[in-house]
Amino acid sequence: MTKEKSPKSGFTRRATLRMMTAGGAVGLLAPGLLGKPAFAQTAPAEPTGRVVVGLSQEPTVFNPLMPHIEVDDGVAFSIFDTLFRITPDGDVVPNLATEVPTVENGGLSEDGLNWRIKLRDDVTWHDGEKFTAEDVKFTLELITDPNFRAWRTAGHDLVRDIEVVSPTEITWRMEEPFAPYVSFLCETFILPEHILATAEDPNEAPFNRAPVGTGAFKWGSRQAGDNLILEANPDYHGDGPYIEQLVFKYIPDMTVLYTQFRSGEIDLVGQAYITPDNYEEAKTLDERVVTLEPRGTLESIYLNQALPVFQDKAVREALYLAIDRKSIIDLLYFGVPGEAETFMPETSAFHNPDLPEHEFDLEKAASLLDEAGWTPGAEGIREKDGVRLSFANSTTTGAHLREQAQQFIQQTYAQIGVEMTIENLPPAVMWGEFWGQSQFDSAMVGITYLIGADPDVTNRFHSNAIAAESGSGSNNAQYSNPEVDRLLEDGARTFDVEKRKEIYREIQAIIREDLPFLPLFRYTNVFGRKAGLEGFEANSNTRTESSHAALWYWG
Amino acid sequence: MAAFLFSRFLQSAVLLVIVSIIGFLVLYLMPGGPLSQYALDPGMTQEDIARITEQLGLNRPVHVQYLDWIWGLVQGDWGTSFRDGSPVTQVIARHVPATLLLMGSSTVIAVAIGTWIGIRGATHRYSGFDYIATVGAMIALSIPTFWFGLIGIYVFALRLDWLPAGNMYTIGDGSVLNYLHHLILPSIVLALVHIAIWSRFMRTATLDAISQDFVKTARAKGVSERRVVMKHVVGNALLPMITLAGVQVPSLLTGALVTETVFTWPGMGRLFLDSLGYSDYPVVMGLLMFSALLTIVANLIADITVALVDPRIRLA
Repeated sequence: MTKEKSPKSGFTRRATLRMMTAGGAVGLLAPGLLGKPAFAQTAPAEPTGRVVVGLSQEPTVFNPLMPHIEVDDGVAFSIFDTLFRITPDGDVVPNLATEVPTVENGGLSEDGLNWRIKLRDDVTWHDGEKFTAEDVKFTLELITDPNFRAWRTAGHDLVRDIEVVSPTEITWRMEEPFAPYVSFLCETFILPEHILATAEDPNEAPFNRAPVGTGAFKWGSRQAGDNLILEANPDYHGDGPYIEQLVFKYIPDMTVLYTQFRSGEIDLVGQAYITPDNYEEAKTLDERVVTLEPRGTLESIYLNQALPVFQDKAVREALYLAIDRKSIIDLLYFGVPGEAETFMPETSAFHNPDLPEHEFDLEKAASLLDEAGWTPGAEGIREKDGVRLSFANSTTTGAHLREQAQQFIQQTYAQIGVEMTIENLPPAVMWGEFWGQSQFDSAMVGITYLIGADPDVTNRFHSNAIAAESGSGSNNAQYSNPEVDRLLEDGARTFDVEKRKEIYREIQAIIREDLPFLPLFRYTNVFGRKAGLEGFEANSNTRTESSHAALWYWG
Repeated sequence: MAAFLFSRFLQSAVLLVIVSIIGFLVLYLMPGGPLSQYALDPGMTQEDIARITEQLGLNRPVHVQYLDWIWGLVQGDWGTSFRDGSPVTQVIARHVPATLLLMGSSTVIAVAIGTWIGIRGATHRYSGFDYIATVGAMIALSIPTFWFGLIGIYVFALRLDWLPAGNMYTIGDGSVLNYLHHLILPSIVLALVHIAIWSRFMRTATLDAISQDFVKTARAKGVSERRVVMKHVVGNALLPMITLAGVQVPSLLTGALVTETVFTWPGMGRLFLDSLGYSDYPVVMGLLMFSALLTIVANLIADITVALVDPRIRLA
């Protein structure tokens, strides 16, 4: 009774046979190797069965234009559609639009200012109304409506003169050329004009608690604090859905999340996935497919460039050399995450593979500091011109692995005469003004740099984006390099992919040289799902494991 | 009685205001706030965060926000959850049934077993049973519930596969049997601590009653031991239990923080932790006021009940 395998969900006899004939290879193949056509052949004609996704945070925001977190994205991708989608390889493909605008197809003007989007004419909302260009116009205008509590407005605030040419065509002008906007639109879910335009207050409309979209799944029912059930939309315009019900189950405790995956109560471990300490065991479970999926997030130590000690490049280099990164990854994180040298994800087309590799070399670090004039002073701590080589490192209190990593680094630093004190803060304090206004000395932090797959990182590294100075931006390290500024400005204006690759590879090389942050590792999630759940594909260009549940089915 | 009720009402009102001010201050003076969770969102700018802060009215002085909030409360408007956009009263109402189910069944188990152990321990003082009960209560009180919970899940769900590893029900199966099956482990785990508390209190109260003169008189009159215990001892020993119930009953609705987390139970304790984690001020304040109200009412009822059943006590 505990396993509760209804014929609709769970592991079926057919799946077992398939597994046996395939020698278990189905589960071992990288998801990317199984292309979409292969699924289409075996997916059921009628939506069948149910998939339960376990999440360690509860999805609660169902208006995807309002501030929300990762787990809410999984729901949004299932209920709503965007103009374009990003594939796992980083390609932008049409969704509600019929093509991705380029200069060649007339969707973009030469200067990148005028946009023309053609839309599908076979899309209906879940309530039967037809989807038109008016919905797109309404959505883009709602985002910049000052009375609306919009989530992200960057990019959208450049859009002017939105015009509905026909129900299937819309045009607008951008205030300045902004190449990342295509990527931003891949996370901009289109909302129904016919429902929300008449709402008294879009912030508190009933729609926000029972949304109507165009996506592969319709709103079903919600048991607050426990689960959310979505039902298949048989009229979906794209491929799928192949399952009858998509369930998001909230399991607050990470240990219990894994336990319920083991015991079979959930079919897929979603955000925040299987903890690294359970990886070894999870791999050995029967009838479970466990994979490592790198994410776009980079764990690093941010060095506040306003601090005198960090203004010396030799210090930053020495600090990087003195981190035993490999041991931290292997011993604390069970070897799960991968090493990285740059903010750009390795899965990105813009990643620079030619960056110098990190080495752990205490002697070299010490001699670098000697050469730069940092000589041991009182208690063996190095000093130069009256400045002690001593700083604090902060992160979230209670993040056990990070706390251990800090202690690890503290020890190797002490060996080269560098004092690093640990001053951790509760999350709300740490990531409030302390972080936003760069009040920290150094911080251990995991950051996702890209929005969608676009390589633009102006907000992170441009000298105008230092919030402590200009009041806005997320350049929390207070990094400033005129050459990087210039390249970032070029990159945001350039639509040609090859040219952009050159620009962003150079930016990565300069930042690797300057070391405003010391890269530790690339986040890697341990995904787990029941064998027999087919069509699943991890997409590191989105924030959720459930970005394309339309294609899932029980094999 | 009327004078008593009136003075209690006044006291309660003052108490509620004090609780609300302290709660509000602590929450709002905590740095960070509901928007700090977006600090690392790659697409959100500082302007976005400042704009939303203003839209939510969080940039106003604390006393203005407090007066605004309490004025709404007086008018029956408990505010709107930052996290899910529903009215706070609805958010609370959604979580009450789950908590009531879990706490109710665990309380029934705890009271029944706890009372029995307490009486037996007192009437058989320093017997083997009494020692085992005492040691057992100490163990149950000193070991954290989450540990019991995790051990329970490991043994009965993972190893033996008799019981589910948490959840209130299986999705797609809303049968009573399914609920009961899911209820067994968490309600027993939760009851363990309460059995310990109830049995200790009941033991002390029974011992008190046993040494009273009327018990000796009853025995002297030749009343059977069974009748002495059941009628004279237990009847009187139960009186202080009413007060204890007044303290314990509010938890029937406010829930269990840890147990609900371990067993993935969508109740009030879980709601409180989540709302605190998200800095969902309106919900946290709502829960605070809700439990303060419950405590006041339950204690009042307990006091009145004691006065009603015990003619020696008069309310003034």
